[in-house]
Parts: sequence; structure tokens; C-alpha cells
Amino acid sequence: MSSNLELYLYVFMLATFVGLEVIRKVSPLLHTPLMSLTNAISAISVVGAILITGAEGATLLSKILGFIAITSAVTNIVSGFLITDRMLKMFKRREEKK
Amino acid sequence: MAHLVNYIYIVSAALFILSLKWMNTPVTARRGVFAGETGMILAIGGTLLARDVHNWTWILAAFFIGTAVGIPIAYIMPMTAVPQRTALSHACGALAAALVGTAEFYRSNFLHQPLGNFEMVALVLETLLGFLTFTGSLMAMGKLQEVLPQRPITYKNQNFINLSLFVIAAGLGVRLVLVPSDMWIFPVFAGLALLFGVLLIIPIGGADMPTVIALLNSYAGLSACAMGFALDNKLLVIAGALDGSSGLILSIIMCKAMNRSFTNVLFGAFGQVQASKTATQQRSYRSASAEEAASILESAGTVVIVPGYGLAVAQAQHKIRELFDNLTRRGIDVKFAIHPVAGRMPGHMNVLLAEADIPYDRLKEMDDINSEFPQCDVALIIGANDVTNPAARTDKTSPIYGMPILDVDKARTVLVIKRSMSPGFAGIDNDLYYMDKTLMLFGDAKAFVSEILKELPTRAAA
Repeated sequence: MSSNLELYLYVFMLATFVGLEVIRKVSPLLHTPLMSLTNAISAISVVGAILITGAEGATLLSKILGFIAITSAVTNIVSGFLITDRMLKMFKRREEKK
Repeated sequence: MAHLVNYIYIVSAALFILSLKWMNTPVTARRGVFAGETGMILAIGGTLLARDVHNWTWILAAFFIGTAVGIPIAYIMPMTAVPQRTALSHACGALAAALVGTAEFYRSNFLHQPLGNFEMVALVLETLLGFLTFTGSLMAMGKLQEVLPQRPITYKNQNFINLSLFVIAAGLGVRLVLVPSDMWIFPVFAGLALLFGVLLIIPIGGADMPTVIALLNSYAGLSACAMGFALDNKLLVIAGALDGSSGLILSIIMCKAMNRSFTNVLFGAFGQVQASKTATQQRSYRSASAEEAASILESAGTVVIVPGYGLAVAQAQHKIRELFDNLTRRGIDVKFAIHPVAGRMPGHMNVLLAEADIPYDRLKEMDDINSEFPQCDVALIIGANDVTNPAARTDKTSPIYGMPILDVDKARTVLVIKRSMSPGFAGIDNDLYYMDKTLMLFGDAKAFVSEILKELPTRAAA
């Protein structure tokens, strides 16, 4: 287990640095769509919710909590990606107008 | 097959990173959304097909409801309400993480398979962050929707009470890690986390919302990340870490743009403290009509428009586009100066102006535009206040001293559209309004811009 923890901390550390470097380069123009996009991406927690709800012999409590969790996460995924795209479609340069 | 899903997760993680990378410019940003969607579909599809999944009715029903709720939110929500939607989605994301943690805790107890210390630490962090972000984000949403008062809600010994509450919750968390079978502790722990989330956000004023939203974004990400540790899933760790670091960077940018620290935003109760300091003496200022404003604007060579939260409140973005078009057609150089904390969330003004079809190369960041104000004929301020206050540069006693501002006072003429002379949200008087070159235009932003527009075409014909 301790080697597993070590591995996970490495993954976390590297992902954080990648995140910081990549996000630092995002234009302030796009900070609002960025936030809705990262929000949709972090709704990947739906995977965890599916595994909890779908476990063999899941208790009723697990199913109910998992059901609410999947619903919330899917709402975030669907609305997050769609609204990000809706916002980005509005950003036009002068030449592209008309 | 069971192994295959792990490789699919690696592809998803790579797509998520690319997705954020492509957000660095508007040219590639939509490709970024596509990459994110693909990564998400792969991860969900892989999980459903390759893992041993039961209870399909529950899962499919949840997917159906989530989609049915998500689509209208994405398409019906007006752009002015984007900060509220963002707060709501932080709440949903955090709730999902917290509930998965809760379910996992009870499952392991019912099955008498106690979780290891490592999983319990992750699970406690996941639920603590998840529950407090859930209620905290709901409070933020209430303030943004103006269901709750935007003014900070404060009471005696607030910081002490909040801190004690947090210490008790953290103590119960430690106890849960040591003795995971103590099931009665969990609801108390969760309840305290929920309560702490409420108490953490209610003392924070509306003007600080950009920082708070970014910070809650970070917490929601970290909570998903902790879920990855607890459920042994590296994709969750990576996606959560990306979201967490994004929120962190945005909150640092917001704090810098207000010259304040995290602790000050979270525990300062800004507006409340300053309200008592409002100067009461009468100072003289000049006001002008729409007709005068129109003639000043049409004789200008360069105009810089400074939008603020008032623009969002008045929904004036489309009228401003008309003004932009009208002036541009006359050969006037029109730009927009965007302060990082203008509006109620990072990038709020850019989205509103883009919605009104204003080309994004006309939207300038503070650092790029500030050197241009001395050559600018007219600075037109619409619904912005504190971010234009020259006291931030000159008056060491001012509560906003040191905050980076837009140097509009260096423009040749300053026009300010404002409802009245009452000081802004933070209760600080703005020296800009009393300068000789400043003309106050009293009225609603949308109505006043329409008035100016009515004056402009007739003059062109004459």
C-alpha cells in the first residue's frame, strides 16, 4: 500500500505541475470558459459514482447516494461542455465578422 | 478487457491535458472542448463496458436526468447569469464527490472490510472538501443571484467560531481515520462540514466573488482528486489535480488584481469594515446630458470603454455594441479596457462583450491598455467603480491603496455612467468623479447608452 501511495502522490504532483503550466498560458480573455471547461472535466468523478452505484450487491443507500452523484456529475458534464462551446462560439475576430 | 479500461483512462487523461492546452487562444479553444468531450466519452464508455457494472436502471436513469437538466442549463442560461451557473456547477461537482465518499464509507462498514489508513485519509479529505464546497457554492450562488444579501453578513467572534468549527470537524476526521468503524461520527462530521461551508461564504461580499468562485473551483477539483486516491483511480487524480490547479491560478490572479491575500478575502469581510469610513463631506462634480456626451464622443479620435459589473446588471452589452459600431464607422478607434476583477467571475466581461459580437481583439487587458490612456481622448466608464479609483495609486490611507487599477484618470476626458453619486460596493468614495476632466452621466447604463445613440445619428446627418 505504501508504494501505491507513493505512486499516487507522484501522479498528483506531476498532474498539478502540468496543470499550473498549461493554465498559466490561457488567455485572460477565456477565463470564464476555462472555468466551465475544467468544471466539466473534473466531473470525471462520474466514473467513481458509476463504480459505487454499479457495484455487485450495492446497498440501497449506496444506490441512492450514487444515483444523486451520477445525476449531479452528468449535469455538470453536459452543461459544462455545451456552455463552454456556446461561449467560445461567440469569440470572433474582426475579420471573421459577417 | 478489464485491463483495457486502464489504457483508455491514459488516453482520456492525455486528452484532458490537451483540452486545457488548446484553451490558450480563442483560435484553438473549440478544439479543446472537443478533446475534453472525447476524453470524457472514452472514460465513461470504458468504465461502463469494461468494468463489472450492475444496477443499470439506476445508472441509466441518473444519466438521463442529468442530461435532461444539463442541456437546458447550457442553452437557456443568459450570459449575464454565467457566474451563478458556475457556482451551481461547483456545488454539483462537490456534492457528487462528497456523496461517493459517503457511500464508500458506509459500504466498507456494512461489508466489514475496513478501509486502510491511506484510503480513509483520502476519503475524509474528499468528503470534507466536498460537503463544504457544496454549501459554500450554494451560498455564493445565492449571493450572485441576489437571493441572499450581497453585503457581508457578519457577527461577533465570527472568525473564532468558524475556526473552532473547522478544528472540530478536522478532529472528527482524524478520529474517523483512526477508528473507521465509528459510524455515528460520520454524519456529525458531514454536518459540520456542510455548516462550515455556509459560514465560510456568508461573510464575503459580492465584489470578492471572482476570488471566491475561483477558490471553490479549486476545492471542488481537489475533492475529485481525493476521490481518485480513495477509489484507486489515477484518471480521477489527474483530472482533479488539473481542476484544482486551474482554480488556484485563477484565485491567485484575482487576489493580485485586488492587492489582497487569500486570508484577507476569506476572513476580511471587506465591505463591512469600510462602510463606516465613507467620507460624508460634499464635494463638487460636473454632470452632463446625453447630448453633450454624444458630441464629446463623436469629436474624439480614440475612445476606451471601461466596463464593470454595472454593465452586467443593466444588460447593456448589446447597446454598447451599437455604440461601438457607430463610433467605429466614424473612424474613431474604440477599445475596451478589462480589469481582471471586473464583474463577478474571472473573464466575465469578456464573455458578455463577445456575446454582443464585439471582436475580441478590441478587448484589452489592464497591463496592455494602461500605457495608452495618456493618448486617449475619452475614457467611457460603464458600471465600473473601484477599479478606476486613482486613490489606489496615490492615497496611502485608502483601503484599496496598492490595488492595480486602470489609469482612466490619465485620459483627456472621462465620462462616467452611473446611477447616482453613492459610493460603490466597498463604500469607498472615488476621487475620479471629482476631477475637472470628469463628467458624470447619471442614469441606467442601458438607457443612457441608448440616449447617446439617439443623439449620434442626427448629428451625423446635420
